Amino acid sequence: MNKKKKTGAGLGQLVIPLVALAILIVFNLFRDLGFFAITMRVNNSGNIVLTGNLISIIDSASELAIIAMGMTLVTAACGGQDISVGAVGAISGAVFVKVLQGMGSITVGSVILGLLLCCLATILFKLFNGTLVAVFRIQPMIATLILYSCGRSIAYWINGDATPQLNSPIISSIGMTIPGIPVPTPIFAVLLVGLLLFLVFKFTSLSLYTQSVGINAGAARLNGINPTLIKLLSFVLLGVCVSVASVIGVCRLGQLNHKTLLVDIEMDAILAVAIGGNNLGGGRFKLSGSILGAYIIQMLTTTLYAMNVAPVNVKAYKAIVIIIIVVAGSPVVKSKLTELWNRFRSSRHTRELSNRGVS
Amino acid sequence: MQNDIVLTMRGICKYFPGVRALNNVDFTLRKGTIHALMGENGAGKSTLIKVLTGVYPMDEGEIRIDGVEGAISIRSPQEAQTYGISTVYQEITLCPNLTVAENMFIGRTAGKGVDWKAMEKKAGELLDNLGIPARPRQQLGSCSLAVQQMVAIARAVDTDCKVLILDEPTSSLDDKEVEMLFGLMRELKSRGVGIIFVTHFLEQVYAVSDQITVLRNGELVGQFDVKDLPQVKLVEKMIGKDLEDLSGIKNTARAVPDGEAFYAAEDLSSSESRPFDFHIARGEVNGFTGLLGSGRSESVRAIFGADPVTGGTVTVDGKHVKITKPLDAMKHGIGYLPEDRKRDGIIADLSVRENIILALQVIKGMNHPISRAKTEAFADEYIKALNIKTASPETPIKSLSGGNQQKVILARWLLTHPQYLILDEPTRGIDVGTKTEIQKLVLKLAEEGMSITFISSEIEEMLRTCSRLIVMRDRKIVGELTGEELTQEHVMKTIAGGEQ
Repeated sequence: MNKKKKTGAGLGQLVIPLVALAILIVFNLFRDLGFFAITMRVNNSGNIVLTGNLISIIDSASELAIIAMGMTLVTAACGGQDISVGAVGAISGAVFVKVLQGMGSITVGSVILGLLLCCLATILFKLFNGTLVAVFRIQPMIATLILYSCGRSIAYWINGDATPQLNSPIISSIGMTIPGIPVPTPIFAVLLVGLLLFLVFKFTSLSLYTQSVGINAGAARLNGINPTLIKLLSFVLLGVCVSVASVIGVCRLGQLNHKTLLVDIEMDAILAVAIGGNNLGGGRFKLSGSILGAYIIQMLTTTLYAMNVAPVNVKAYKAIVIIIIVVAGSPVVKSKLTELWNRFRSSRHTRELSNRGVS
Repeated sequence: MQNDIVLTMRGICKYFPGVRALNNVDFTLRKGTIHALMGENGAGKSTLIKVLTGVYPMDEGEIRIDGVEGAISIRSPQEAQTYGISTVYQEITLCPNLTVAENMFIGRTAGKGVDWKAMEKKAGELLDNLGIPARPRQQLGSCSLAVQQMVAIARAVDTDCKVLILDEPTSSLDDKEVEMLFGLMRELKSRGVGIIFVTHFLEQVYAVSDQITVLRNGELVGQFDVKDLPQVKLVEKMIGKDLEDLSGIKNTARAVPDGEAFYAAEDLSSSESRPFDFHIARGEVNGFTGLLGSGRSESVRAIFGADPVTGGTVTVDGKHVKITKPLDAMKHGIGYLPEDRKRDGIIADLSVRENIILALQVIKGMNHPISRAKTEAFADEYIKALNIKTASPETPIKSLSGGNQQKVILARWLLTHPQYLILDEPTRGIDVGTKTEIQKLVLKLAEEGMSITFISSEIEEMLRTCSRLIVMRDRKIVGELTGEELTQEHVMKTIAGGEQ
């Protein structure tokens, strides 16, 4: 009984995104029963891969899901969002490609080195953001606006205007599929980052620290927590997420384009955090909510394209659906819904009692 | 006589979950009088004000106001204003970056375009009229706090005001500013406004009021003319005689335990406090006392490292240690329950369980999380031990009553098994039952060997619990009282500097 209550309370935040996802799925099934069909197909390089809308949705949402996880942490600790993730992602991608070019050949070793170095570079840039936010107490949006505006210029300086191509089976293994494994690799990357963060939360009390700082930094400090450090740490973790996402983005296309790599992803990432039921003002958070949010956004986009909505109109339709989800998840509507639900439950409860002749 | 009554409240009752905040309270206000509303913390003053201004709906009772037939129901502050009831709160709720005139008329321009010239002219007249030293075009933030307060009052009385409520208007003003404010209050009084004056300062009541209503534990003690109620009687009425429950615990901790100090500081200073010496023995309960702003809270914050420490030497358990931040203090067995529970104590959105284990978790370190099962066991244990009223350990702490929130914070520190616990106003704004529980707990913990520093604005409470009182005035320690000196009168004298 007690256990049941607890899971119920934990699920509360995920109700709206889960319902939204369910409605999207049901809508698609009504529209086209075969929408979610998954088929085996042999791809250009002769490997057997799974294809279908569902795979494509989960695959294409990977970068968004990964960045949304990092964004959730920054949001929770700092009560604000980092809008420079796309631009810093471009820098990260540029560093990754630069390292590979510098190494001469693309081997597993050079890819790992590239990943490590671009990860390091991203963390440094995120620490810049984090310092402005945590030490100088600048509002996160303003603090990150700096790199938002100049990040892609920095990426350009690193690599020049060229769009370098990366032709290697290793690259396509990362961006698409590994020969012999029919599921796209980016999906595993999401699982890996998710698992990593899950383990961090499991084996440290970072989650409690982060939420305490986000809810009441002053009180957290009086309980011995160092809010500055926790905020910086959230930016570091976001940096790791951004670099992983950027490497996937580069490998997916097999080329670097500093103008388009992860472009506009910051807004979708913030949206994913919000759809996931997380408070954008900081504090309580659920990574699973943000991941769900990312898949909802991608499913929405894919659905609209499948309905032959012209690309120019997609954003408008997307906006309409998002307004509905966000309003449904707003505190005002939520408390009304909770009230209705409680009334329904208590009336059912009393009915049950009276049926049993207890009342 | 009957005609000059402007406001009547009869049989007002207000209940909160688990607390009876107001029980059958009557209140009558006459035109052109200043009426002080007195009572200790938690007596029901602010609840009564909030009922009158429509912030809280009352559960029983009726309110009548001059000029309106029958009982009225006030459902919002806006509605209260339409009946001519205006309030100026303790914290100034105006916009410091707008001009004085804008502040006076903001939200009153009825949706039409604003005639700035006329507005400024009107504001100027009103300011002149009331003798408020401010210019209409001056930015409000550039005025002194007293003038800002007066502008807030001018704004309140500009509408057809019959009843003006001043909630602790003088708490952040100096003597000269208080005099200015009193001038304005007398001016309004002569214009026939009925003023309800809520304050903690006894002298101010006698300086300006005509009548006094005393509340205690949510009940009416009585309504008196100032001339019939000398100050000593007033204090008696406020504190009351319902201390039987506590009289039993009196005197048990009176003797200052001798033996080596557990904690000692020499010339300790922080960014907020001047250098001071302090020590506490094992099992001792002592207290810092003094008026608001005397530096008592700043001193204990310095001990805990809550404000940046700027100098001094500290010994804990005979060893020299450095305490520059809260974590240092916690690692040396010191706990600190802050004065402002909402701002510095609770993590509002976190559950009762998480709030309880927070400090212990931080002492253990981020890399050594306490298992979920263990945190649940700790939470259950302390919810039971301190009798915390909560629906479940997973309830967010913000939905608990003030007293229960305070118990959660207390549980948080007790769980760390501190050797020295600092309690800054642990009983402020909580119901009498919980107050008694906390005081008893303090004495029990001290008996078990814990050192405790206790701060309270209620001297009576400190006299019951402390064996040594450190008296502060103007951010300096001005006296240390023990044994026979621990009487209300003596403490008051030392606080006021009556000895010199």
